[in-house]
Amino acid sequence: MRGLSVAVGVIALAATAFAGEIPRSERRSGYDFMSRETRAMQDDDTANPGMLWVLEGEALWNRKTGAAGRSCADCHGEARTSMKGVAARHPSFDAARGRPINLEQRISVCRTDRQQAPPLVYESRELLALTAYVARQSRGAPIDVAIDERTQPFLDSGRATFHRRQGQLNLSCSQCHDDNWGRKLAGNVIPQAHPNGYPLYRLEWQGLGSLQRRFRNCLVGIRAEAYEYGAPELVDLELYLMWRARGMTIEAPAVRP
Amino acid sequence: MASVLINVPARAKRGEIIEIKTLISHPMETGYRRTQLGAVIPRDIIRLFVCTYNDTEVFRAELHPAIAANPFIVFSTVATESGTLAFQWTGDNGFSVTESAPIVVEGPDMAPHTPQRSEPSRGTRDGPR
Amino acid sequence: MTAGGVAAGIGLASMIAVEPARATPVAMQEAIRHVVGSAHVNAGRVTLELPPLSENGNAVPLTVSVESAMTERDHVKAIHVFTEKNPQPDVVTFRVGPRAGRASVATRIRLADTQTVIAIAELSDGSFWSGSATVVVTLAACLEEA
Repeated sequence: MRGLSVAVGVIALAATAFAGEIPRSERRSGYDFMSRETRAMQDDDTANPGMLWVLEGEALWNRKTGAAGRSCADCHGEARTSMKGVAARHPSFDAARGRPINLEQRISVCRTDRQQAPPLVYESRELLALTAYVARQSRGAPIDVAIDERTQPFLDSGRATFHRRQGQLNLSCSQCHDDNWGRKLAGNVIPQAHPNGYPLYRLEWQGLGSLQRRFRNCLVGIRAEAYEYGAPELVDLELYLMWRARGMTIEAPAVRP
Repeated sequence: MASVLINVPARAKRGEIIEIKTLISHPMETGYRRTQLGAVIPRDIIRLFVCTYNDTEVFRAELHPAIAANPFIVFSTVATESGTLAFQWTGDNGFSVTESAPIVVEGPDMAPHTPQRSEPSRGTRDGPR
Repeated sequence: MTAGGVAAGIGLASMIAVEPARATPVAMQEAIRHVVGSAHVNAGRVTLELPPLSENGNAVPLTVSVESAMTERDHVKAIHVFTEKNPQPDVVTFRVGPRAGRASVATRIRLADTQTVIAIAELSDGSFWSGSATVVVTLAACLEEA
């Protein structure tokens, strides 16, 4: 039944694809737009600074915390197997909240509900580390978010945000990333805005950051007011970008300029 | 907590030149940046990195603010004997981190002063990208 | 030694030899003098690898290799790296020796702007050798603190 509804959903979406959408054969990871040196930084785990967060995340995964006195590993066991593909399926629908939640939120829910520990602040070192560690287990997995009757409205909302002109520059995400990818903005090539490397190490940040941090940078760039971390608008946008990048492989933790 | 990633071959042939790669989490705050309100952000850097091999220093790097955040240092040493490679990073505000890695050195003693010329390895990719 | 290394070294030598006339910025000259003293800096033997174009000046990969037997009698003692347009000219000093086996080191550096980077090797016989490279640093759009 669920399989059927998914299939129907995909057919319906294909029919309503926007004219400016990037055809599957032309989809390219941000990796493909980078210099040889930056690619080398990502490819070599012993040179990729994002692995420092993965290492910290592994330690956090095994640490007992909260009133429940449980570690992530106590419930989920070996992350290499239990977390494989998980990042490729987020945002995913959360029944209790009645909406899709992203990987950071999923980790936070686990932490507050199961471990009974204080929530981790968005973009904190701990949350980034845990997210990086979990996402690392999906490296190489194809993006496959579930679009069905429950998630479809949120996908539509994310798509609308992507195509809505905003900010003082009156630009939509789509105008840069669908219509002008491969061209230059200041000194850099405009990528296609695929979310397949997050959380990732951005040389600009000199650190690891989430997809929502990147969204907020983009919004500042077009002189729009940035949504708060974890805002439903940003989670819906994440869902749309993941769907838009379906089939592409997870690179987390990627490196980007 | 500062996390450290060290890449040292676990085993080497006696006389072989081994490549050592180290990464450590540190902001390397330059002291030249300002906050949005104009206040100078004080310098906070790692100033020194030292590698010893069975307690003998084999490499040292004196760092300045122009070293990128989360310093990455690659160097080499000749595998002479089994034992321990120790690494120490020290810097501003009492920063001090030490790590070590064991190494097993096998094989007969090679003729002195004939280092093997081998291409530095680019590391291995762990799983598909 | 690569042809690129030789060419870079020759270009550098002319800059250093005729200090400071139309040379690299004064601060870098002073920093170099502080290290080499009154010694002459020879062109060559040092290959400084930097990408000609960097996507971000916050982390530019740098490799320095020096042509040396790396024996007890003949080895590189130190490799010094300088920049001309960063807030301060000193970047890093690597102290090596015969136990390194080969004189090749790498790190990642910050470059505040498009500029020339110089590496100077200090050898066990007291001589100094140099190589240089120029990096064009591009600026990103859509920064966090625009």
